[in-house]
Formats: sequence, structure tokens, C-alpha cells
Amino acid sequence: MPQLQILLFASYADAFGSGTVTVSVPDLATVADVVVALRSLPGGGVLPDSPLVAVDRRYRPGAVAVHAGQEIAVIPPVAGG
Amino acid sequence: MRRTALVATPIDPVSLLREVTTDGTGATTLFLGTVRNVNEGREVTGIEYSAYTAMAADELDRIACEAVERFDGVHLAVEHRVGTLGLQEISVAIAVAHARRSPALDASRFVIEELKRRVPIWKCEQYVDGTRHWIDPTSAATSHPIDAP
Repeated sequence: MPQLQILLFASYADAFGSGTVTVSVPDLATVADVVVALRSLPGGGVLPDSPLVAVDRRYRPGAVAVHAGQEIAVIPPVAGG
Repeated sequence: MRRTALVATPIDPVSLLREVTTDGTGATTLFLGTVRNVNEGREVTGIEYSAYTAMAADELDRIACEAVERFDGVHLAVEHRVGTLGLQEISVAIAVAHARRSPALDASRFVIEELKRRVPIWKCEQYVDGTRHWIDPTSAATSHPIDAP
């Protein structure tokens, strides 16, 4: 199974205990598969049903394909300002 | 013109005003976000702002581009602070200038609302009792979730 490195920030990094985690995903994985894989890890219960996910620094919906080498980040609710 | 930046040092709003003002701008607005001492009934001593720096910079610039397209002729400068801020410190400054007041006011409102909705920046409030808490605006009734494209 392909492995992907995922960036985490703020409350999600606290919950997972790290700003970066590695997940195993199916071949031809999507953003939604990444979320499912993250949920199976300790701390994964913090994630809502459809967390914001950015691929190469742009928000992407669950159906978008992902692959190794991309910058994938799961984004907690933003609170700038 | 447009300029956006995440900064780790105190924001100087006067310098932003100078950037956007020209002989042709007859209206200039300045929005400042500052750290206040109470939130949700809890006494706040400061806020730690953190960011997904690379994406936050990109998203902030995308918002500025959209503002320039939407409000033709605006000049804008936006800075957002990261790091630990004390009470009354400026967390965000948005300076907008235009020949007329309406586009300047509307563009300023557009930028702050989109920034709060889209830019991956987080704040961890620090309280007088020594505890801290990540702010989650989506738990408020007025939240507006992001629609991923």
C-alpha cells in the first residue's frame, strides 16, 4: 500500500502528538481515503466527518486523487484575524 | 497595487497606509484586528497565532488578487501577525485605498471576511488561570464553512 506523509497543525497536531504523520492508503487513493486512514490512528477521533484538506496548498474535496510527493495537509478550523 | 505578508514582528499600520495612498486615492480605510482581554466570558492574557505558513501566504495573496479584480482600482496592503501577542497588539492590518469611499470600504470588508474563512491561521488563547484553548469558529452559529473547489 502506498504511504503518504500528512501535515497537521494546531489542535490536530496536538491531538496526534505530531505535526507530521505517515498513513497507508489504497492504490488510487483520494482525499477521503487519507481522512479514513488518519481516523484509525491514535488521536484520529478529533477529526470531523469532512475536515478541510489541502493538496499542494489548495483546498480540495474528498473525491480528489492524491499521491506520494504531493504536499497534503489536514486543516483544523481556521481562526485568523 | 497589492501586498500581503505574514509577519513575526509588530505591525506598523502607518507604513501600510503610506503604501496604499497615492495622489489619486481619495478614500483610505484601515482595519486592525487586536487582541482583546475577554472571550466567551474568560479572561484572556494573550493569543498565540500559528499558521501553515506557505499556504497561508498563498491564500492571502489569492484573496488580495480577488479583491483587486472585484473592486477595480483598489490599492491594498495586508499583514497578518504570527507568534505570541499580548493584549491590544495588532494581529491583522488591512489598508485599502481607492479614488472613492465605497470600493475602499467594501474591499476591506471582503478581505477580512475571506481571510477569516480561508487562510490557514489558528489562534490559541491563553487565559489568566494558565490554561490555553484552540479557537474553533465553526462551533459558533455564525460560522461559514469553506467550500473546497
